[in-house]
Amino acid sequence: MKKEEVQSRRKVLPKSPTDIQGLDEITGGGLPKGRPTLVCGGPGCGKTLFAMEFLVRGATEFNEPGVFISFEETEEELTANVASLGFDLDSLRKRKKIWLEHIHVERSEVEQSGEYDLEGLFIRIHEAIESIGAKRIVLDTLESLFSGLPNPLILRSELRRLLHWLKKKGVTTVVTAERGDGTLTRQGLEEYVSDCVILLDHRVTDESSIRRLRIVKYRGSTHGTNEYPFLIDEDGFSVLPVTSLGLNYSSSRERISSGIPRLDTMLSGKGYFRGSTVLVSGTAGTGKTSMAAQFVEAACKRGERVLFFTFEESPSQLIRNMRSIGISLEPWEKRGLLQFQATRPTHYGLETHLTTSIKMINKLKPSVVILDPINAFVLGDNQTEVKTMLLRLVDFLKMKGITAFFTSLTSAGDTMENTDVYISSLIDTWLLLRDIEIGGERDRGLYVLKSRGMEHSNQIREFRLTNRGIDLLDVYVGAEGVLTGSARLSQETKDDAEQLLHKQNIERKQFELERKREAMEAQIVMLRSEFEAEESEALKVIEIEKTRNERFAQDKSKMAKSRKADANTKTTGTK
Amino acid sequence: MKIKHEKSKARRSKTSDGSGHRRLVERRKRAVKSGSDKWILRLYVAGQTNKAVTALNNLKLICEEQLKDRYHIEVIDLLKNPKLARDNQILAVPTLVRKLPLPVRNIIGDLSDKERVLVGLDLIERSALLGKQ
Repeated sequence: MKKEEVQSRRKVLPKSPTDIQGLDEITGGGLPKGRPTLVCGGPGCGKTLFAMEFLVRGATEFNEPGVFISFEETEEELTANVASLGFDLDSLRKRKKIWLEHIHVERSEVEQSGEYDLEGLFIRIHEAIESIGAKRIVLDTLESLFSGLPNPLILRSELRRLLHWLKKKGVTTVVTAERGDGTLTRQGLEEYVSDCVILLDHRVTDESSIRRLRIVKYRGSTHGTNEYPFLIDEDGFSVLPVTSLGLNYSSSRERISSGIPRLDTMLSGKGYFRGSTVLVSGTAGTGKTSMAAQFVEAACKRGERVLFFTFEESPSQLIRNMRSIGISLEPWEKRGLLQFQATRPTHYGLETHLTTSIKMINKLKPSVVILDPINAFVLGDNQTEVKTMLLRLVDFLKMKGITAFFTSLTSAGDTMENTDVYISSLIDTWLLLRDIEIGGERDRGLYVLKSRGMEHSNQIREFRLTNRGIDLLDVYVGAEGVLTGSARLSQETKDDAEQLLHKQNIERKQFELERKREAMEAQIVMLRSEFEAEESEALKVIEIEKTRNERFAQDKSKMAKSRKADANTKTTGTK
Repeated sequence: MKIKHEKSKARRSKTSDGSGHRRLVERRKRAVKSGSDKWILRLYVAGQTNKAVTALNNLKLICEEQLKDRYHIEVIDLLKNPKLARDNQILAVPTLVRKLPLPVRNIIGDLSDKERVLVGLDLIERSALLGKQ
C-alpha cells in the first residue's frame, strides 16, 4: 500500500529515496531525483550528517553510488566522524560506492588577477562522478568557497552554472549551507537551488535540546509542511513525522480483560479493546499505578509481553509496593514477559524519549505498553510538545496494535476532566479515579468517563485496594447522595433500621384498623338486633290496632242494623 | 640548502608584520637581478579558452619584463590531465602556481591585472596596491 502510494507519486516527479527514517514519508518518496536540494541550518544542526546518510543509504540500499565533496573536513576526518554512526566509509570507498573528495580552500593563499571560472572544480566533480558512476552527490558546504575565493560576483554565477550543470547530468545533488542572519543561507544559495529546500534547526528549550526539520519548499510535489522533530543517534538520522502516519490503522475487535472483573463488567462485560489507548487519571494516591499493575498481571497471565515505562518509581520499588496489594509482578519479570524501563523524564529530551521508547517497543514487541505517568514529561510550558510526542507514540502503538495504558496525575485543584497534557482526544477508554471525602475519611471512586465503541456503565463505583488486589463495589446512592466507605456502611445500617420501623408502623396501623372494623361490626349487629326487636314490637302493635279497627267496624254495623238506620250507603264507606 | 633557509625565512615573514614581507621582496629583487634563482611557473587551464589564452599571454609579458631568461612556464590543461586538478587542489582556472622559488604562490584569473600578479609573485609590495583597493 505504501509502495503503491510512492509509485503513484513518482509519476508526477521522480524521487530519490533517502531511506532516512521518516523523511521519505514527509517528502512523499524522497528528494527530487536528478535535481539539487538545499539543506540549510545553523552550526551543529546535522547538515553534514544528513547529507552523508543520504549518500551512504543510497549506496547501500539503492545501489546508487555517491560523491561527497567536502569543503570543510578532510577525507580522514569525515570517515572518523561518521564511523560513530555505523557508516564504514573506508569499505564503501574501496568498493567504489562512495567517493570522498576534500576541496581545500584558504583565502590567504590566493591572489586574484582578472577573471576566472571554476572549471577546475567542474573537472574534479566530473572526474569523481565518472570514476564511480555516481548518481548522487553532496556539496558540503558550498558556501565555504565564498570565504576562500575572491570576487563573489563571479562565484555566484559559477555556482549557478555548477548547479545547472549537475542538473543536466541528472545527478541528485544535496547542497548544504550555513543559515544566515534572517535568511536561509548566508550567500542566498536558495535562489539557485529552487527545487527543494530543507531547513534543519537545533534549539534548546528548558535545558533540553530539540532538533527539528522543515521542508521549506519542494517544487512539483506535495510535502509535509510542519516542523518535524528529528534525532541523531547511533543509528543515524531519524525524522519523526506526526501526520504522515495517518489514521489508517486497522482496529481490533478483540477484547482484553482489565484484570478487574467488576471493571470489565462496567465496560460492557468484556474489558478494553485490544490495541486501544487507555488512560487512568486521578489525583495523587488514587491507585492509578495499582490499576496499571493489575492490568499488567492480567496480560502476563494471558502470556502476553508487557513493557512498563516507569518515570517516577524504580522497578524494585514498584514491585514491592504492588506486593502489598497482592499483585506479584516479580515472577513475570523473571520469565521475561514483563520488562521495566525506568528513566527520569528529565533525563533526555522528549524526542529522545520517544525514539528510545519506539526502539524498545520494536525490540521487545510487547502486546501491552504502560506509561506511568505521562505528565511526568510536562516541565514548564512544553505541553504542546508533550502532546505531539504522545500523539506520535499513540499513533505508533496503534499501528502496531499494541494496547497502551497511560496514567495521568491531575492536580487536586483542577477539574477532574482536565488532564494536564490535554490528550483526551487520543484516548479510547478514559477511567477517572477520584477522591471522595465523607465523614472524615477518604475513599476512592471510579467511573468510566468515556469508552469508545462500547456500551459502558455510567455508574460510579467505589474503588478499594485490598490485599487481594483491586475491588470495585457499588456505592450507596440514595436521598443523601452518593456515599462510600464507612459512610456508606452507616447509611446502610441507618436505612435498615428505618425500614424496620416503617414495617412496624404499618403493622400497627393495620392491626388498629382491624380492631376498629371488628368494633364497628359488633355495633352493627347490636343495632340490627335492637332494630329487629323494635320492628317486631311495632308490627305487633299494628296488628292489634288493625284487629281493633275491624272489630269496631263490625260492632258499628251491628249497631246500625240493630237501630235500622237508613243511611246504609254512608256507613259502607268505613268498611 | 640556501633554498631551505629562504623557505623558513619566508614562512616567518608570512606570519609576521609588513617589514618581514618588505625584506622578502627586497631579497627576491636582488636574487632576480643576480640571476641566482630559476623561476618555475605553472599555469593550469581547462582547454584553450579565451581566458586561458589571455592568461598565458599576460604571463609571458610579465615574465619577459621582470624575469627575463630566468623563468620556465608549464601550461597544464586539466581537460587532458583531470587528475592533476585533485592532486594540486585546483578549483579556479586559470590558476598560476609559482612552484619555485618557495613558498608556493597561487594567483587565479586571466592575469589581466598586472600589479596584482606582481604582488602575488612577491615582486612588488602589497602596499603598492593600497591606492587601488
